[in-house]
Amino acid sequence: MNRREFVACVGGVLSFVAIRPALAARPTLLEAVNTFTGGVEVRAGRVAFDIPPLVENGNSVGVMIDVESPVTAEDHVKRIAIINEKNPQADMIVFHLSPQSGRAHVSTRLRLADSQTLMAVAEMSDGTYWSAAADVIVTLAACVEGVSEGGGGVP
Amino acid sequence: MAAPRIMVNVPKTAARGEIVEIKTLIAHKMETGHRMGLNGQRIPRDIINRFECTYNGALVFAADLFPAVSANPFIAFTTVAVASGTLKFRWVDDHGKVSTTSAKITVT
Repeated sequence: MNRREFVACVGGVLSFVAIRPALAARPTLLEAVNTFTGGVEVRAGRVAFDIPPLVENGNSVGVMIDVESPVTAEDHVKRIAIINEKNPQADMIVFHLSPQSGRAHVSTRLRLADSQTLMAVAEMSDGTYWSAAADVIVTLAACVEGVSEGGGGVP
Repeated sequence: MAAPRIMVNVPKTAARGEIVEIKTLIAHKMETGHRMGLNGQRIPRDIINRFECTYNGALVFAADLFPAVSANPFIAFTTVAVASGTLKFRWVDDHGKVSTTSAKITVT
């Protein structure tokens, strides 16, 4: 082993050791929600979270969120976050809205690594937070470990 | 790498004050950074992490994306048709690569 190989090898081991605890230390759903809100109390309601309760393929799950809000300059939705319970990372997506949105209505597609609970949390312009939770059963999980290309299934 | 395929759906015309829905899709693998490759090495993360939409220069919508967003990220949102003009769309990935497109809207 020459010097270059040795450095590459040691570097690889070190980065592996550094990455491992980061993966293990995923915050829980409620901790992640707390990080998003900055500790402000989250109330249930005003948020409609539309996600299929039974998903066949976790690689692409269509979700739709509609927040009850007049959407005016004085009273509008500032942010909407989707946070999960069991993916490798708790945050999924954060939408930034404005009074010019007209409606607080967004959709996207997500990956789900397991059957789990998701939460949609909306931050209002008055500083309050509202949320909705949804339980989803996933039969084919999004590929976390696999090697197949193009978002294929788990081997 | 060639410019990614982008699809944006904006109504061509709208009445003033009407709320219009905008749908966007960009081709991107959204590699999560959690998968192992065939050589046993972690495949490095490569995702689009930011999306922005400006309407006549003003930011009207943005999103922070994480690896949980599916490959070829689809985002739909709404905006109020205030004036005729241009909607510009901008995606930024982990390498700082920026992809843009724009669409015209005529407000009557």
